[in-house]
Amino acid sequence: MKIPLRYNLGSLWARRTGSLMTVIGIGLTVSIFITMMALVGGLESTFVETGHDNQLVVIRQGSLNETNSYFGRDLFQVVRYLPGIARDAGGDPLAFGEIVVNINHQRFDGESSNLILRGTSEKALALRPEAVLVEGRMFRGGLREVVASRALSRRFVNLTTGSTVHFGRSDWLVTGLFDAGGTAYDSEVWADYGAVAQDWDRPIYASILLRVENAPAAAAITKRIADDQRINLQAIPQKKYFADQASTSLGIKLLGNFIAAIMGIGACFAAMNMMYGSVMSRSREIATLRAIGFRRRSILASFLLESVILGLLGGVLGALLALPMHGVSAATANFETFSEVLFHFRLTPGILLRGMVFAAAVGMLGGYLPARRAARIRLVEIIRD
Amino acid sequence: MNQPLIRMSGLSKTFRRDSVEIPVLRGINLEVRAGDFISLMGPSGSGKSTLLNIVAGIDRPSGGELRVLDTDLLSMSEDQLATWRNHHVGFVFQHFNLLPVLTAFGNVELPLLLTSLNRKERRDHVLTALKLVGLTDRAEHYPRQLSGGQEQRVAIARAIVTDPTFILADEPTGDLDAESAIEVMEVLQGLNRQFDKTILLVTHDPRAASYAKVRHYLDKGTLAAQG
Repeated sequence: MKIPLRYNLGSLWARRTGSLMTVIGIGLTVSIFITMMALVGGLESTFVETGHDNQLVVIRQGSLNETNSYFGRDLFQVVRYLPGIARDAGGDPLAFGEIVVNINHQRFDGESSNLILRGTSEKALALRPEAVLVEGRMFRGGLREVVASRALSRRFVNLTTGSTVHFGRSDWLVTGLFDAGGTAYDSEVWADYGAVAQDWDRPIYASILLRVENAPAAAAITKRIADDQRINLQAIPQKKYFADQASTSLGIKLLGNFIAAIMGIGACFAAMNMMYGSVMSRSREIATLRAIGFRRRSILASFLLESVILGLLGGVLGALLALPMHGVSAATANFETFSEVLFHFRLTPGILLRGMVFAAAVGMLGGYLPARRAARIRLVEIIRD
Repeated sequence: MNQPLIRMSGLSKTFRRDSVEIPVLRGINLEVRAGDFISLMGPSGSGKSTLLNIVAGIDRPSGGELRVLDTDLLSMSEDQLATWRNHHVGFVFQHFNLLPVLTAFGNVELPLLLTSLNRKERRDHVLTALKLVGLTDRAEHYPRQLSGGQEQRVAIARAIVTDPTFILADEPTGDLDAESAIEVMEVLQGLNRQFDKTILLVTHDPRAASYAKVRHYLDKGTLAAQG
């Protein structure tokens, strides 16, 4: 059996001011680490959770996304009637040609940023069941009408139901708001394809969203589109299409990890300083334990454990500090589409666990050298003193 | 005559400070047998504590021969010595050396944590040891809640709880008032008389030394006289 845990807990309590300062230092670091992870997690889930397994997005070969894809309307007809595409109750293929336009629009905070106006069909909601009209009605074909995501309407001016908003060359009536359940569509405004194409003078499509009958049909359609040199298009599973856009979060993730690493090193030194002081002031106790018969590795393990406890207490504090960030909405630039993407900070049990592991690692790294010093204490010198 | 537990022959110890060699022990010959209660007296710096530390395997001699329980301590590693101490040595320090964050019970239990005893057995042993030093009612007290004499008696309980082969006491009354010193020495004497515990006591206090059966005097590193 090893040195009892109550010895470590008692020692931390006996030096509670120093312990508290260290716990606060580690806690602040862990809270930032968890918040950054929640930010990245929220951003990634916004993309990863968008789309359906039985749907494909068709864009031009070589394009990374809809904003830099275009192709002639005639190709839509080629794709639309490919075998394997699911059909609606009326027997029409569930395939819709779409166009996206980046619009610089004013936010409530006085700044402006890009949002996506998607020209689509009012029937395209059938392929986006995650989007639910929560206010007003859907736009009507051929009219200058839009529906906006409720999240965007809270962030940008003139996007409430009944408002008129000036996009391109026209004024558009906002006929309703939709909620896309935290997916990437929550960062969009939708209008009739024909109206958008006409207003921006773009008689082309940027993409086709289609639903397939089954998985083999998806593979067959993907292959057929890829093999057809005349149409020069590519079909991408819808989920993969959006998941690839999650690379937007890569920079934020790297920055977050960098900040966490720098602060983590600082927190390590705080823990190290605390533990060195603790070892120095307890050298007689350590010598006594050695004289009683405890081995060096028991001393090492005991002091390491004490430092890890400090780290974990900091981890708990950090998690509590970061918890209010859960669900907070924010926006960042989507470097794939050059538009603003809305997301929610997302604190999952996995992120909290990573935060605790990070905290324990800070405690362990900070405590290792002091613990080694404790284990290597010169027994005879302490006893003699 | 039983075999000596401790046999020192020509034992010497020299400290080196910078390039100066300071002899602390010079050719010590001493045998300690089971049931002995030996005191080593002498002024500060005479080498008493050094001799005790060498017997406990905490320090190493510079020369001579030392066999403790017929074992060559010099051939053992630090960790082997730690285990050996746990089995055979009960140490009583001048400054008590109790862990301040543990209760009297927790302090006494410490050496037992290195044994295979279960929780209940450990509890029984601890309470027995505390009873022997007359502190059963102080089991849940922290060291700061005890007097100096009580602290030292807890330290003695810790030293005897594993039923070690011998007890090494280094100035056990050095930090105590006269009354407490008597209490502590009576406890040590009782352990020797009632339980035949072998005790090697280092002290500069003649009154403490008088409790021992045999008294040795250490002066300038040499065992000078026997009382």
